[in-house]
Amino acid sequence: MKSKTNKRYTRRNSKLTGWRLFGMYLLLLAIAVPFLFPTWWMFTASLKPIEEVFAFPASLIPNDFQISNYAEVFRLQPFLRQYWNSMSIAIVVTLITVTTATMGGYAFARINFKGRSKLFVLLLTALLMPAEVTLIPIFRLMVKSGLSDTFLPVILIPAFGAHAVVGLFLMRQFFLDFPAELEEAAEIDGLSRWKVFTKIALPLAGPAIASLAIISFLYSWNLFLEPLVFLTEPNKYTLPVVLPQFTDTYGAPIFNVQLAATSLSVIPVMIVFVMAQRHFIRGITMTGLKG
Amino acid sequence: MAAPVLLGFIFLVLYPVLSVIRDSFTSYNPLSGDAAYIGADNYTRLVQDETAIEVAKNTLIFACILVPVNMALALFLAVLLNMHFKGRTTFRAIFFSPVIVSTVAWTIVWKYILQDDGPINYFLGLAGVDGPNWLRDNPWPMMSVVMVQVFKNLGMNMIFFLAALQGVPEEMYESSEIDGANRWQQFKKITLPFISPTILLVAILTIAGAFQVFAQVLLLTGGGPGLSTTVLSYYIFINAFQIFDLGYASALAVCLFVFVMGLTVAQWQIRTRWVFREV
Repeated sequence: MKSKTNKRYTRRNSKLTGWRLFGMYLLLLAIAVPFLFPTWWMFTASLKPIEEVFAFPASLIPNDFQISNYAEVFRLQPFLRQYWNSMSIAIVVTLITVTTATMGGYAFARINFKGRSKLFVLLLTALLMPAEVTLIPIFRLMVKSGLSDTFLPVILIPAFGAHAVVGLFLMRQFFLDFPAELEEAAEIDGLSRWKVFTKIALPLAGPAIASLAIISFLYSWNLFLEPLVFLTEPNKYTLPVVLPQFTDTYGAPIFNVQLAATSLSVIPVMIVFVMAQRHFIRGITMTGLKG
Repeated sequence: MAAPVLLGFIFLVLYPVLSVIRDSFTSYNPLSGDAAYIGADNYTRLVQDETAIEVAKNTLIFACILVPVNMALALFLAVLLNMHFKGRTTFRAIFFSPVIVSTVAWTIVWKYILQDDGPINYFLGLAGVDGPNWLRDNPWPMMSVVMVQVFKNLGMNMIFFLAALQGVPEEMYESSEIDGANRWQQFKKITLPFISPTILLVAILTIAGAFQVFAQVLLLTGGGPGLSTTVLSYYIFINAFQIFDLGYASALAVCLFVFVMGLTVAQWQIRTRWVFREV
């Protein structure tokens, strides 16, 4: 971590003051509107009676608060169950990805084995692989083995597929920057490779592992295509699959209830992000693809 | 130690890619029970399929608008937020926040905002502008899909650029200031060359991502009106998982794969012309 490449610069000479600072705030606030307004609108509209969602004049704050939209979410769908599905799948995916990617990343950064660099380039192709390309054969395989309407494919694909390679890539970057002297000293003391990994490298990899865990959790929590293809029973749905399905008998969405369900899926993640955003962004910068 | 990821890669990436190529030469359809080897029939069908040609065109239009807009805006914001002023971390967090929201949730909300009687047109109306029906009147549906995707993922690229900008040594700017270079010259002669490896990586990832846009199309426009927003990944999904014409869908998937890999290799090849340091 102390290596020269990690030194960070901000433009010291470009400290803004007076009118320039004011202009900067104005510009940034204007650009911020499409990033902030959707979340605000989602939450406020989820509290409105249905007539008010598209009423003229539009209200930025509900005139009538209708909390019952939220009760409606749980009446129309087994939402608590679906919430738990999303949560438990994401936790399992995170645990597997962190374990395998940390080990794999360490191996690719530190252990010399035959064909390592060629193998690494091959692995990198997974970073660019569109999910649609690999999904058809995986679907076929899962149907054949009777696993299609289970959680197995929606756990295995993110935990061992292309996303695991992204994780491996991030952890490899981290271990490459990691001072080798510590490990060398430990090896001289007679520690085995595995011991060096668990006793020396792993305890110092905390921040990188935390970022990887966050990325993996979000990846699984937000996964849509795979659960949509594999999960067919409402009891097994994850949140992204059920959110578009808050519709009346004619298939038209029930605006306020759908937005209440959407808020329930977004707001906890948002709260965690707002509390931890500094670490969050720094972690992604650190493990991220540095130039 | 690398074994679990390697095994996963073999079963969930390598094997599927090879089988999708094999399947593309069959009439595989689980509904009709068909699985005959039919040679290159799927590919001749693909070349004659007017829908597929239209879809390929839409995919290219989508990528050609999305990639430059996304990257330019991300770099612009990164440069602004690399300056020294109070509140910049808050703005970084604001621009990053859609990245953590699921694409499905983000798209559902935008679908409401973009309705003909939705908030955007309401506010445009207050300004005296009669806004279009964003999701129905061409060319706005395609623009809407692009816009929703740009705001969703821009934050990630912004952070990559920010990390790269923070690696540019301050001394390089100082010495050029002595030489009398202005801000724009500094940006062109120092910043851009220095961060060019990151620009390359971000370009590769953004282009690959542009070819995978799916949920936005399904939920915003359903590929319509007509075919105007149907892109390749969505067309594969329809063929594979709605009409279960898996053989033909496999041929389309092979095309998508060739597209993405071809573009990546091409970018990698021309990198020596404009990337000034090794990645």
